[in-house]
Amino acid sequence: MSRKGAIDLRGIIKRYGEERVVDDVSLTIQPGEFFTFLGPSGSGKTTTLMMIAGFAKVDGGGITIDGADVSALEPQRRGFGMVFQNYAIFPHLNVFENVAFPLRARHRPAQEIREKVIWALNLVQLGAFADRFARQLSGGQQQRVAIARAIVFEPRIVLMDEPLGALDKNLRYDMQVEIKEIQRRLGMTVVYVTHDQEEAMNMSDRIAIMSRGRIAQVGTPSAVYERPTSAFVGRFLGEANIVPVTVKSIEHGIAYLQAGEFELRAAARDGIGVGQKVSLFVRPERVSIGGTGGNWAKGHVRRVSFLGSIVRYQVEIAPSVHVVVDVQNLGLKGYAVGEPLVLGWRVEDCLVLVD
Amino acid sequence: MSRIDKLWRDPSLLIVPAIGLLALGFVVPLVLFFVDTFREMGSLAEIANEALTVIASREVVDAMFTTNWIALLVTLLTLVTGYPIAYYLANSQRLRFTLVLFCIIVPYFTSVIVRTYSWMVLLGRNGIINELMLSSGLVDHPIALLYNKLGITIGMTYVLLPYIIMTLYATMKAIDPNFTRAAQALGASRTYTFLHVYLPLSAHGVLSGCLIVFILAIGFFITPALMGGPKDVMIAMLIERQVELMLDWPNAAILSLLLLAVTLALYAIYYRVTDVRRMMGA
Repeated sequence: MSRKGAIDLRGIIKRYGEERVVDDVSLTIQPGEFFTFLGPSGSGKTTTLMMIAGFAKVDGGGITIDGADVSALEPQRRGFGMVFQNYAIFPHLNVFENVAFPLRARHRPAQEIREKVIWALNLVQLGAFADRFARQLSGGQQQRVAIARAIVFEPRIVLMDEPLGALDKNLRYDMQVEIKEIQRRLGMTVVYVTHDQEEAMNMSDRIAIMSRGRIAQVGTPSAVYERPTSAFVGRFLGEANIVPVTVKSIEHGIAYLQAGEFELRAAARDGIGVGQKVSLFVRPERVSIGGTGGNWAKGHVRRVSFLGSIVRYQVEIAPSVHVVVDVQNLGLKGYAVGEPLVLGWRVEDCLVLVD
Repeated sequence: MSRIDKLWRDPSLLIVPAIGLLALGFVVPLVLFFVDTFREMGSLAEIANEALTVIASREVVDAMFTTNWIALLVTLLTLVTGYPIAYYLANSQRLRFTLVLFCIIVPYFTSVIVRTYSWMVLLGRNGIINELMLSSGLVDHPIALLYNKLGITIGMTYVLLPYIIMTLYATMKAIDPNFTRAAQALGASRTYTFLHVYLPLSAHGVLSGCLIVFILAIGFFITPALMGGPKDVMIAMLIERQVELMLDWPNAAILSLLLLAVTLALYAIYYRVTDVRRMMGA
């Protein structure tokens, strides 16, 4: 028997009036996959999750779970676990009863409820808190209760709507590790929504980056980070240099690009022609000062940002054309604003983006 | 000088006229009434003796029983009818909300006497409801809907309905819709969600609403006087009779004090309930 928990979205659409907030989204989420919808606010990621959960009606297309169409099913019949951004811990029930809630709603025997609740509470390290009420718990503890409540009935699929949004930064990282660990141990499918790109990359098997109701790109964190298909994705996921260039020539699969007085190279891609204005994409950490790797440019330091483990230089290589370079902070002498620099980076680290 | 200046700027001074008016128009006459009538009656022991005789009298016991029974019935009826209306109000927007609110608020601002007489037109022996039931063959002779406990209950339920609706509405509006969503997402049916999440979360609203209605109901006068029968005497009517017909001021004072004591005791409970609610941050 194959594992359960596959989600299939086939061209789902959500309209609010004239506007399509979710516009023809299609994808397949594998059983046991940690899948994240990442995007800025208003990109349709939460609406997509609410459609999967059953709280938002599907205006077009369909949703199937393990081959069965659930588009018209009420939320309570879909059998998912769910974690909300504001935790939604029932204030009139203690921790034990909150976690027991999905089991009681399913009329399970008392013995089983006891065992399952204790198992789930131990899994989130809240075994000692069973008698507490939500108002006696910290934000992190409340979120653990919400997670325990979502997994206690061992659902195939757990939906999480920005569950760590209200936590402070340090706690958030610990919770990411913990959620990922629980997901891996239980082998459940997690559909996760966040606007935090680090969170998405840290936890996900695959990420769907959303923009204006559509999927801009789907892939593993490294694939989406290394090979964005659009300037939007490149910028949204980490720092990116998107340098405006003009295609001068294309030879043997290499595009020769003009940026100011410098000629840069990158692997050519379909659909670009000589004379076209495109963008050259390269990550700041792939650019080195004084280094050579095929592409190079000269310029002056315009801004120095000290970020702790790295120092970020903004270098102007042509009037209002900047390249950002990240240098590991190794305690060496830095560069000052106005100093001339030579930058170099490998041709393989570059992409041509059209949009 | 500056302290006096500061005192004058204190915004809590704005409440002084209201308190003054209440004291002058309500507290002072009440105290004078009690003091005057009790002074006529003699020593404290005599007053106590008289009070016990009055309270233990058949008439008063009957009235207390009727009052409590009707107040309880009215409280339950307002709860049962008011809860769904409050729920509807808390979960609808704009036009529907305004329309329903209008239907509740407008009668609330209309005189109780006018509303009571309107009910009498509807419920009378030849009233609209009896006519309808006769012509539709539901009954073969008119039913007594008026001048009995049924009439009082219907009338008072109607008059007191807005109080419980507004109390429940305030509570329901404060319930985070994510709680019911979470319950449904976790597999609870609508009924289960209502019984185990929504109802408990609105419970203190139910309690405060019921207390308000009960407190108002035990002191009700106009509606039971107009819509009740000769046997249905509530405590407020008894007080009125003592004053108007018997001219027995001491008895009226004793009964008034009894009613006041019960009301204040219930208000104390109400105060505690609403205070607990604030403590829970709901």
